[in-house]
Amino acid sequence: MSLVYAGVLSHAPGITGRAHLVKNIEERERFYARLDQQRREIEASGAEALVVMAAEHFGNFFMNNMPAFCVGIGEKYSGPIEDPEWLKIPKTEVAGAPDLGRRLVVEIMQSVDTAYAEEWKFDHGIMVPLHFLTPNYDLPIIPVNINCQGPPLTPLHRAWAFGEAIRRACDSVPEKVAVVGTGGISHWPATPDSGKINEEWDREFLDRLMRQDKEALLSYTNEETYRDGGQGGFEIRTYIAAAAAAGGKGDLQYYTAELPIFAVGCTVARFEII
Amino acid sequence: MSLYYLQKFLYELNRDEDIQKQCRDNIDALLKSYELDDEERSALKDGDIGLLYVLGVNGQILMHYAAFLGIEWFDYLELMRQGIDRHGPVRAGVYAMTGGGDAFTEEDTHQ
Repeated sequence: MSLVYAGVLSHAPGITGRAHLVKNIEERERFYARLDQQRREIEASGAEALVVMAAEHFGNFFMNNMPAFCVGIGEKYSGPIEDPEWLKIPKTEVAGAPDLGRRLVVEIMQSVDTAYAEEWKFDHGIMVPLHFLTPNYDLPIIPVNINCQGPPLTPLHRAWAFGEAIRRACDSVPEKVAVVGTGGISHWPATPDSGKINEEWDREFLDRLMRQDKEALLSYTNEETYRDGGQGGFEIRTYIAAAAAAGGKGDLQYYTAELPIFAVGCTVARFEII
Repeated sequence: MSLYYLQKFLYELNRDEDIQKQCRDNIDALLKSYELDDEERSALKDGDIGLLYVLGVNGQILMHYAAFLGIEWFDYLELMRQGIDRHGPVRAGVYAMTGGGDAFTEEDTHQ
């Protein structure tokens, strides 16, 4: 078994870019400490590459050719595409894992038709997780995108199938691979309602996720998610794929809705790999 | 209405530093490559965040564009609210203001 770590974490540009505006400093530091613990857990797993299943925000994919899934097989990537002063993350180059990435794609394609890309510019959806999980950018990255932004969106049951395909692919290679899903649960980012969080809906989703309740996880309709979780809620696809890859129950290590300036409920969780 | 090309312009601008330079140097020449109507072209030349939001530009694309323009976070949120006041509800897409546009954060908006 070469999948050695599976987890989820929130991303949002505010987590780094608006850190200085946070009033609840203690909560912010608890969140950052949890992310640092996740970094140590990934390092302790011996992972030789990190697959980041993200919901990118038009850094690479547009409605002229929008894939339901894409896996990066480039030698290197750059990011962030955003103004680095705005995101508070300097522009940098990140190493990929082209050989491993290709072998994963070959195996994924046995069951899921994924696109692949040798070029990829990271936006905050990947750069914010990397900022905490591999701050020295010394772990090769395999970026993955699930279309959570440009409707028609990837169906939830296909996100689950993709997660299972990722798992089979990881198990087919000798390298140790870590996988994280990164997105938001309920949030209304990039609207005047930014900062709104439906904590009750978040906790219900996380309960389903931690229990590996596939039927309940896949029962959300896009209309329900938009109503209760906002357009940011569409990013639950990345969490669902991570759960499917792991196969085991989750450990919710951190959740708070008390940092609204980040415009997302902040989550860190790890799954048992079975 | 050519929302597709309006968003495509901003998508390409957001991810390409060469296009960003062209935009600063001669936006009129740059915009000739895109099928835009007068309202859209005017909104881009003016950097009119409120109108672009109401026209239905995807919020993530618009947020990155606002950062490119150097607009501070709370000013950006306010510009979207002003856009709705002036031009009415968001006309397309999934980034409509559904929560009333209240300030959901407690932070000092003048920092």
